[in-house]
Amino acid sequence: MNGSRRPLLEVRDLYVQYPGGRDGPARAVDGVNLDVYEGETLALVGESGCGKTTLARALMGLHRPTSGHIRFRGEPLSYDRDGMREHRRRAQMIFQDPTGALNARQTLYEAVAEGLRVQKVQGNEEGLVAEALSRAGLRPPESFFTRYPYEISGGQRQRVIIAGAMVLNPSLLVADEPVSALDASVRGEILSLMLGLVRQAGITVFVVTHDLGLAWNVADRVAVMYLGRIVEDGPAEQLLTEPRHPYTRALLSVVPETKQMEAQVLRGETPDPTRIPGGCRFHPRCPVVESGEAARLGIEDKCREEDPRFLPACHAVRLASDDEHEAYVHQR
Amino acid sequence: MSLLEVRDLHVTYAAASSAPVPAVRGVDLTLDVGETLGIAGESGCGKSTMASALLRLLPKDTEVTGEVLLDGEDVFDMRPGRLRAVRWTELAIVFQGALHTLNPVRRVGDQIAEAIRLHSSGNGASPAKRVAELLELVGLPARRASAYPHQLSGGQRQRVLIALAIACEPRMLIADEPTTALDVMVQAQVLRLLADLQRDLGLAIIFITHDLSTLANICRRIAVMYAGRIVEEGPNDRVFAEAAHPYTRALAAAFPVIGDPRFRMNPSGLPGDPPDPRDVPSGCPFHPRCPEAIDICPRTQVELWPAGAGREAACVHVSGSPVAT
Repeated sequence: MNGSRRPLLEVRDLYVQYPGGRDGPARAVDGVNLDVYEGETLALVGESGCGKTTLARALMGLHRPTSGHIRFRGEPLSYDRDGMREHRRRAQMIFQDPTGALNARQTLYEAVAEGLRVQKVQGNEEGLVAEALSRAGLRPPESFFTRYPYEISGGQRQRVIIAGAMVLNPSLLVADEPVSALDASVRGEILSLMLGLVRQAGITVFVVTHDLGLAWNVADRVAVMYLGRIVEDGPAEQLLTEPRHPYTRALLSVVPETKQMEAQVLRGETPDPTRIPGGCRFHPRCPVVESGEAARLGIEDKCREEDPRFLPACHAVRLASDDEHEAYVHQR
Repeated sequence: MSLLEVRDLHVTYAAASSAPVPAVRGVDLTLDVGETLGIAGESGCGKSTMASALLRLLPKDTEVTGEVLLDGEDVFDMRPGRLRAVRWTELAIVFQGALHTLNPVRRVGDQIAEAIRLHSSGNGASPAKRVAELLELVGLPARRASAYPHQLSGGQRQRVLIALAIACEPRMLIADEPTTALDVMVQAQVLRLLADLQRDLGLAIIFITHDLSTLANICRRIAVMYAGRIVEEGPNDRVFAEAAHPYTRALAAAFPVIGDPRFRMNPSGLPGDPPDPRDVPSGCPFHPRCPEAIDICPRTQVELWPAGAGREAACVHVSGSPVAT
């Protein structure tokens, strides 16, 4: 389905490490390959500490890769001053906490106009700000110009942030948990707003979330991240209803919003990115290994020793699809 | 007699720079032995204030009226010593934010042992043995007793808090957002633990959360709060599947069912924001955001009216409403 479209972003063998303590560096992003196509909404899902926010920030140029690279419309990101200024016009980011993202001592007008000034955008500033606020659902926009963040609600603050991002007509919107700090009844409105605006403008969206229901609500495609690596990706409908990787299956089974699966509660916490297990990085928690299924299939050693390189990143899934393929060929 | 009975509870916070803030505005509740009740609502709806009021944990200048009967004994009439004992041996509470509740410079086992020494009747096993039992009961190895809180993960700390809460064998537990700061997998672990404890120890649990989706699996009855009052109550499966109150309906729709085409590419919410307790709308407080509001809503005092078998809802549209619609 993406065959005819060009990737807006190409991420290749990306590694981002943070200097660590005794155990060496934290390998937050640890070999990610991912394409994000023009005009699609991609949801990156995973538990906290899996590296999803680091990957999002790397796409914004906020982290320099330790190795590997990111291309934007085919051109590698350039980290010099001019390169970053250009990137920060075409790529905008919105964060989880709209209160922290706004300057408490700046009026809402200033908050939205700041990007225009930094980017030296020509034209009628007041008109652009008014239009952006209005499109973000803050109407009449003039009544918000002189107000301060503390005078409006959390949902309205996130609307101001969205207005500030959209006023620059970006090609890419990176949204890190855009509604998780908001009340449930307010979330849907903010998501609808985002969905409407990006569709209208044909913007590509990279949304980071721990909430699989949100992905079902807004995403065309979903990528699942575990300990610094994408372990499965695919069209949202397929991935969320027929997950293949055992981690995706477990994650979906514990979400109360999916009723048809038996809960598969994994033991332990998300492991530490300073100590990524060898072999398949999921093997110490993997239900396929624990249940003895891997041993029955004769791949237990492989799971412990060999890092799966293809998606879905699971030796058992790989084996099953080879068998299917063989059976199919045999039938013919 | 019910284990817990709350009658017409009102809580009003004193405010330095404004008029007093009514956070809970008339709540009635009952809970029987071994029962589970979920209380759902958004920020500012009064759910946590209500939980704290049940155990008199609010600041001194807060005005609290109504009755909280624990086995028929009014909590508001208890002497301080009796109240302290009740908090450990009858009705314990687990808050969110496991980080700040434990003493950072003492081993977790010692903290649990101290509670047992001070508040248990003193019969039975030695505290050390009981600590080991409790830790294993909440799914931690007994040797973790010697750990300091910072050496534990968020999920493990929440387990320690649960062990602490059940250390003196209370019959009832209030869990206020016990899984909110946790990751989905750890959240599932803690929910499963609470469900096991409920079953094995016959604990009655009041589970308070903003996250409707976590309630469905562990609570038999559910109450939904809005603007300081309960607006709907009923059996959990019915409340979500066919909500009687438009607010419950909207809230349920905000938690999409994965795989259900109705939610696909269709996020659902409500216009406006939850009301500020300082400025609650007239009549039915939900009317400014309600998609089904009619002309009488802004001036009708809604109460919990019958809305089908074992159910009540505070909306003029329900079957038992005395107001013609």
